Amino acid sequence: MDPLILARIQFATNISFHILFPTITIAMGWLLLFFKLRFRATGDDKWMQAYGFWVKVFALSFALGVVSGITMSFQFGTNWPGYMQKVGNIAGPLLAYEVLSAFFLEATFLGVMLFGRSRVSENVHTAATLLVAGGTTLSAFWILALNSWMQTPAGFEMINGQAHVTSWLAVVFNPSFTYRLPHMLLASGLTASFLMAGVSAYQWLRGDRAPAVLAALRTGVFVAATLIPVQIFIGDAHGLNTLEHQPAKVAAMEGIWQTERGAPALAFALPNEKEHRNDYAVGIPKLAALILTHTPDGEIKGLDEFPDRHPPVAPVFWGFRVMVGTGMAMLAISWLSAWRLRRRGEPGVWLARALVAMTFSGWLATLAGWYVTEIGRQPWLVTGVLLARDAAAATPVPLLGISLGIYLSLYALLILSYVSVVFHMARKHVGTRTIYGELPA
Amino acid sequence: MNELYPLIFVFLMALSMLIYVVLDGYDLGVGILLRRASDAHKDEMIASIGPFWDANETWLVLGVGILLVAFPVAHGVILGGLYLPVAFMLAGLILRGVAFDFRVKAHDDHRVWWNRAFYFGSLLAAFSQGFMLGIYLLGFHYTFASISFAAFIGLCLIAGYSLLGATWLILKSENGLLDRAVLWARGSLWLTGIGIVAVSIATPLVSARIFDKWFALPNFFLLAPIPLLTAALFFICERTLKKMLTGQPHRAWLPFACAVGMFLLAFIGLAYSLFPYLVVDQLTYRDAATAPETLQVMLIGVAITLPAILGYTAYSYRVFWGKSRALSY
Repeated sequence: MDPLILARIQFATNISFHILFPTITIAMGWLLLFFKLRFRATGDDKWMQAYGFWVKVFALSFALGVVSGITMSFQFGTNWPGYMQKVGNIAGPLLAYEVLSAFFLEATFLGVMLFGRSRVSENVHTAATLLVAGGTTLSAFWILALNSWMQTPAGFEMINGQAHVTSWLAVVFNPSFTYRLPHMLLASGLTASFLMAGVSAYQWLRGDRAPAVLAALRTGVFVAATLIPVQIFIGDAHGLNTLEHQPAKVAAMEGIWQTERGAPALAFALPNEKEHRNDYAVGIPKLAALILTHTPDGEIKGLDEFPDRHPPVAPVFWGFRVMVGTGMAMLAISWLSAWRLRRRGEPGVWLARALVAMTFSGWLATLAGWYVTEIGRQPWLVTGVLLARDAAAATPVPLLGISLGIYLSLYALLILSYVSVVFHMARKHVGTRTIYGELPA
Repeated sequence: MNELYPLIFVFLMALSMLIYVVLDGYDLGVGILLRRASDAHKDEMIASIGPFWDANETWLVLGVGILLVAFPVAHGVILGGLYLPVAFMLAGLILRGVAFDFRVKAHDDHRVWWNRAFYFGSLLAAFSQGFMLGIYLLGFHYTFASISFAAFIGLCLIAGYSLLGATWLILKSENGLLDRAVLWARGSLWLTGIGIVAVSIATPLVSARIFDKWFALPNFFLLAPIPLLTAALFFICERTLKKMLTGQPHRAWLPFACAVGMFLLAFIGLAYSLFPYLVVDQLTYRDAATAPETLQVMLIGVAITLPAILGYTAYSYRVFWGKSRALSY
């Protein structure tokens, strides 16, 4: 097998596994701070019970994020040595700032947040929660700056084949950063709020109608319902930004092979890489042109304009549809639930089941979205600067294979354990639980 | 000034690695000792490292991070040469890190498996790190002799981390567990000592340059305090543990301090042997360093954040000072 493909699969496996957990913790930190502040303001103990349960989910997610993050720090160099050689002057400081400013902050104050409530004052405990939430967000800031720079590099010059910074401000606030950072933070908000709503709905369905469960359910549903329209708006703006800077990625997302005016938005198609066309395409005429150029007859560049420099089409095309489809489902379920909660105060059996089904929808949408943006950057590692194949290490295939096998089996075990333990905790959590009856039929 | 940047960063990297080895050393050690403890003691042991382990492992990210961003060429050579042991170490660290959380949250029937995962992950991480050190010292050759040597160092590091873990437990625990910890500490002390001696003998033998650095005069006499102090700490540790066993008056912090001191001295000796090389006798830190402008930008970050990191780390240890209480949150 091609070592480049193996190295990419290995890196993708690790980074996909890793991103699942920061996606939860970045926003969950702020939700915990919200619980803590509500408790301080109202004195109502249900907020502290909700905090007590969700801080456990937070700690578990955080631990998984930490350990998979350690793997990343090793693989940058072992899998992509050409990356640091060529753009290390940019990637190095951004990564260093992430570790120095964020990692220690979150890890240290997490200890105080989890175990310190009996040892420090309430104010210090609240401050620790704030610092952990701030730390996770700060870490997202740095890593998104680097990722966006790889997509739309700016603020540098090439001297002897190495990138040298001319303006750090331009490096950090590169053209796609101001879209990608909010897009990711909102994705985190949605992932955490659907997780909260889904697990609470599961508890509710099992007869756990404690005030703390309802408080978490309401928080999850209302946060999700508020964030999802904003996310759709930001996502659209991000798409327009991508069209401007990475037209080949957009062409792959829309499955447009030849430059055309009034391109349709395809609901289904099988991109055919060999013959440069789509099989079995079903779509709405002119909609893609309308969304992307805001005129029904606008022109969108096709993939054929970028010979050998466009991404593989099928994964980008389908990743985009999975992301958008999940987003639409999020919109429908969260608004219906919010409406129902406002009117009746309780979700009802069918909506609760729908929320349970959507518990990990944030993961699905986030991963699909990242696949669109990362695979969509191929064959470049840094757009226009460095090709992925030029950065790869000459690691022997057996070594890549063995280590990939270790990681894959470990990650499969851990995801399975994570999901089952979260639901196990939800079942076990009997705070001041009021049972109105057995499982509703 | 431009020549100074790489030196500053090689110092910072060494410092991060030293802090990592000592801090994660004690919590890996507690994990390794877990298998020998009763169920009640297991909870007490894990409570003693609960608030710290996340931050402890972050020092590894910082150390490897500095290697990656400040000495990218060396990062490729070293971690490429240690590819599989690194993968095993990471698997171990992942397993124990998550087992820590899973074991208290999972189904009661699964708890025993997460305890085993915690123990096995700690053991695997510690062994791999020692193995990596051995292979690294011998220049990334995988022959029968070098693998045997590296595996031996792996075993010694397991003992070393157990010593740190056991002496940490002496500080943090009471009654029944305290007595067990004293016994564990005594057992691991001897193997730790043997390991230090083995590395000290092996390093001068693999490199004539290192041999001269230690044994040429007057270096030999100037450096003599390192092995002598190590030996002194060893015997103080041994004597204090014996006092603890027989119930004589003693200082509870002394064994941990001695263990840390031994690691510190061994680390200084190793750093002295290797300097200025990052890859033994092949690649110096100067040749591996990235552009001075980049180091400068990072140094600003270090100057701002490192004092803060040290400050709040100290704060966290103060908050959780004294005997650990039951783990609850």
